[in-house]
Amino acid sequence: MIDKPKISISNLHKSFGEKQVLQGIGIDIAAGKSLVIIGGSGTGKSVLLKCILGLLQADQGSIKIDNTETVGLNVRQQEKIAAKFGMLFQGGALFDSLSIWENVAFRLTHADGISKAEAKELAIEAMARVNLPARNADLRPAELSGGMQKRVGLARAIVTKPQILFFDEPTTGLDPITADVINRLIREQVTELGATAISITHDMASARHIADEIAMIFEGKIIWRGAADDVDSSGNAYVEQFVNGSADGPINVMGG
Amino acid sequence: MNPFASIGRATLGFLTIIGRIIIFSGKCLMAMIRPPWFFGQIGRHIINIGYFSLPVVGLTALFTGAALALNIYTGGARFNAESFVPNIVGIGITRELGPVLASLMLAGRVSAAIAAEIGAMKVTEQIDALRTLSTDPFRYLFAPRIIAALITVPLLVLVADIIGIFGGYAVATQSLDFNGALYVRNTMNFITGWDVASGLIKATVFGFIIALMGCYHGYNSEQGAQGVGRATTNAVVSAAILIFAANYLLTTLFV
Ligand SMILES: Nc1ncnc2c1ncn2[C@@H]1O[C@H](COP(=O)(O)OP(=O)(O)OP(=O)(O)O)[C@@H](O)[C@H]1O
Ligand SMILES: [Mg+2]
Repeated sequence: MIDKPKISISNLHKSFGEKQVLQGIGIDIAAGKSLVIIGGSGTGKSVLLKCILGLLQADQGSIKIDNTETVGLNVRQQEKIAAKFGMLFQGGALFDSLSIWENVAFRLTHADGISKAEAKELAIEAMARVNLPARNADLRPAELSGGMQKRVGLARAIVTKPQILFFDEPTTGLDPITADVINRLIREQVTELGATAISITHDMASARHIADEIAMIFEGKIIWRGAADDVDSSGNAYVEQFVNGSADGPINVMGG
Repeated sequence: MNPFASIGRATLGFLTIIGRIIIFSGKCLMAMIRPPWFFGQIGRHIINIGYFSLPVVGLTALFTGAALALNIYTGGARFNAESFVPNIVGIGITRELGPVLASLMLAGRVSAAIAAEIGAMKVTEQIDALRTLSTDPFRYLFAPRIIAALITVPLLVLVADIIGIFGGYAVATQSLDFNGALYVRNTMNFITGWDVASGLIKATVFGFIIALMGCYHGYNSEQGAQGVGRATTNAVVSAAILIFAANYLLTTLFV
């Protein structure tokens, strides 16, 4: 469908024991576009991201990044591919034994062999891009509010200007104003860096703001995909139910 | 219920765990021998594991040496062999009690701390974050802790040997009427280099076990505070049992 997809996923399966989470995910993402994946809790959105990132090993199927197969690579090869990635984790996942700037600069100092002084400058630059004042540089993550921790996570994801960015629920747990600030920051990073982005969210306001395209995941498959502007006129009962946040519809939350 | 089936299942489960631990140690060893090394991390853990364990190890050795002297004196009196106190205290501490008791205390202190720290990192996705930052947790988290334990545990045991023998000396001279100079000379003449060295070899193996069990159980910790708690307990219990088992094996080699 897309001529030169940045990321191309086909027939991806992943189960945990008896529990089948991903059951044949297929989706392509064009370079420089922002895709938002929506879907109910526990449908496997985070698992999908972790498979693309190489943190979980897919059982079956293919994930190609720049046309290179990444399913089945060893740790060293994964590390090389990971240099293209920036990831904002659902819970932040900041290193609590390190200061804010050391968190932001972690890849620079530990994987890229950049000197501390230079890395600190780059870290403070990245912090400025997400509106985090430099005076926070020497604090610990535990000393910051949840919203500020999200921004540190964001700064850590973008500091090396990676080609592909992943955001796992960037706005959950934030007040609407901070959420809007984060949405704008994400949009800016994608537009300014020309990065390809995949984000996960439950928050439709955030999805509309971040996305060029939206895809919906249900029962381990992508059941709808379209331009962000079409999400309100999708004609798909599942998507309509999700977008309207209604308990009535084909998605049965309570049932098994 | 078929009893053979359940025995079979338990055996398979046990073998699976052994296999996992062996693969895990293999990966740790590979990370230890190949660059890059994170020297800052190694230094940090040498201080954490070594320096901050000195009080625990020192007190354990002191009381053990003292109690050992009293028991050997009482036992020896039954054969008119009270004068062997310095010899037996020396050999008992250096070959057996110094390494084993110090390592057991370290299993409680160090394995638990490592498992709790790594388990918390696991459940808060910090280990996943490391990977996405192109840093291998085996290199950054596990190898430095194991290297630090390999260096510090033998040193701690050497300290325990000295303090343990001093504990025996203190009791013998203060309440058992031994002559201090004679006690020291007896100890020095009797203990061989191999007595001390074999204890330090044991200590090196125990150090590996202590750090490895902390890392392994932390890394395999399940979600939530409960998962981390269980990982911590498992780390201490399995480190202690492996120390006893390894001690027996090494002792059969060294006698
Ligand atoms: N490491 C794992 N081991 C076992 N099961 C897992 C693991 N990771 C995820 N799962 C299971 O996979 C399912 C999907 O989880 P996932 O975290 O992807 O959901 P999600 O779509 O991100 O939900 P949410 O929106 O609540 O974050 C869940 O039922 C979860 O229990
Ligand atoms: Mg999730």
